[in-house]
Amino acid sequence: MRVYNKPLVYFDNGATTQKPQSVLDAVNEVYTTYYSNIHRGVHILSDRATEAYENAREKVRLFINAEKKEEIIFTSGATGSINAVAFSFGERFISRGDEIIISHLEHHANIVPWQMICERKGAILRVIPVDDNGEIIFEEYLKLLSPWTRLVAVAQVSNALGIILPVSEIIEAAHSRNVPVLIDGAQGIQHAAADVRAMDCDFYVFSGHKIYGPSGIGVLYGKTKWLSEMPPYQGGGDMVEKVTFEKTTYNELPFRFEAGTMNFPAAIGLGAALDYVLSIGREYIGKGEKELLAYATERLSAIKGLRIYGNSANKISTISFLLDGIHMYDTGMILDKLGIAVRTGTHCAQPVMDRFGIEGTVRASMCFYNTIEEIDELGTGIERTITMFA
Amino acid sequence: MTINEVQDNIIEEFSVFDDWMDKYDLLIDLGKDLPAIDPGFKTKDFLIEGCQSRVWLHPEFNGNRISFTADSDAIITRGIVALLIKVLSDRTPDEIISADLYFIDKIGLRQNLSPTRSNGLLSMVRQMKLYAMAYQAKNKA
Repeated sequence: MRVYNKPLVYFDNGATTQKPQSVLDAVNEVYTTYYSNIHRGVHILSDRATEAYENAREKVRLFINAEKKEEIIFTSGATGSINAVAFSFGERFISRGDEIIISHLEHHANIVPWQMICERKGAILRVIPVDDNGEIIFEEYLKLLSPWTRLVAVAQVSNALGIILPVSEIIEAAHSRNVPVLIDGAQGIQHAAADVRAMDCDFYVFSGHKIYGPSGIGVLYGKTKWLSEMPPYQGGGDMVEKVTFEKTTYNELPFRFEAGTMNFPAAIGLGAALDYVLSIGREYIGKGEKELLAYATERLSAIKGLRIYGNSANKISTISFLLDGIHMYDTGMILDKLGIAVRTGTHCAQPVMDRFGIEGTVRASMCFYNTIEEIDELGTGIERTITMFA
Repeated sequence: MTINEVQDNIIEEFSVFDDWMDKYDLLIDLGKDLPAIDPGFKTKDFLIEGCQSRVWLHPEFNGNRISFTADSDAIITRGIVALLIKVLSDRTPDEIISADLYFIDKIGLRQNLSPTRSNGLLSMVRQMKLYAMAYQAKNKA
């Protein structure tokens, strides 16, 4: 694809990823050959749609290695999933004076829903601080865990800085105090390992569109022991067992968390996206992205006046940076005109920007389909930007 | 010169460039040359908040004409601010209220003034017109 008469360099994969043909084909096939509402019909089309939807659920289960299919709930995205847990888990398990722990690195989607439940319940939000490199201070986390902690909710990977959090250690420490942990995998699932049983997380959420799937679909994984105790967060069709005006009883898992007509074409598309990732190979993707990160870090670090935010040995292929004396928006505008798509701003993570005393950064988020040549383009583009504003 | 004559001049000035980068070079120069705003006006009262870049806009009314001074933390935004000031500053409230700002589109910067661009520029144009309406109402009263 070309923009401004130049071949596009797409480095905004952290915001969303481009879609492989197989995903487009899968969604198209739903609409053109067997489109019909799921879980309802007696007819053949509905059967086929339902089967494809439930197959997609099974693909998600396998991909994240969940124990049971019932533990996979489709939502609108990672944000929808976190809000569902915040509301539903919050209703059941959080009361006045209780505490929820998040980290300073979180995306607003893993901050605001918890603030809302804290406000409703009179609970308290605790925040794990980060050091100057952008890594969480583990000892401080351990100090925050208290007899009142009801849940820990942290990102697998920081969206703004690309740093991978030590989720296994975080989960282990929480579990030793019987505290469940939610992992926001929005930036993790497409880059890092996402084995929920190996991690032993209690909840894991992610968005389909960030892992080459369609927009409007996401996943909430929850251990049965929690999900079965949590009340539904939305009422409607398909989530019920029996409805009378006196009392309604709810359907079994996962359906009681899937009220109304779900975005099943997108769920089926997500299944195709996961197939695509597996066909390329997660190891191959990981290796390629590691090379891209190493090369980009070296190339950009060599530019005088460029400062990288988030320095850690554990990062995904994302680089957040600022140029001395040049506003991030100016940098982004010039790179755009050079055909390079980056994101500028706070990346919906204002607290972490405040932590570094900056208004935002320029973020180049790469994934396996990017190339070394594109990183060179970015490097040259940044150098040209610096010259223009000198 | 009328507002439209100034706009036509700007359009001509930009028309010599085929390459986007040249246009932005000019915007950067305009941004650098924008007369400084009195630091006393770089306050919350005169701030137009954008999600990415911020604009400060101060009006001065002499009973007949409004003149504007402005600033932004991003230079390209400041360049576009400079163009808007060229067109709309030192005008009567009537002129400002009825101005049709076609030059933005003609020089290919429309995307910078769309509601989806959170650089504060669209709000700046609105704010300039609002000041003009306020002064017009004050004059009539």
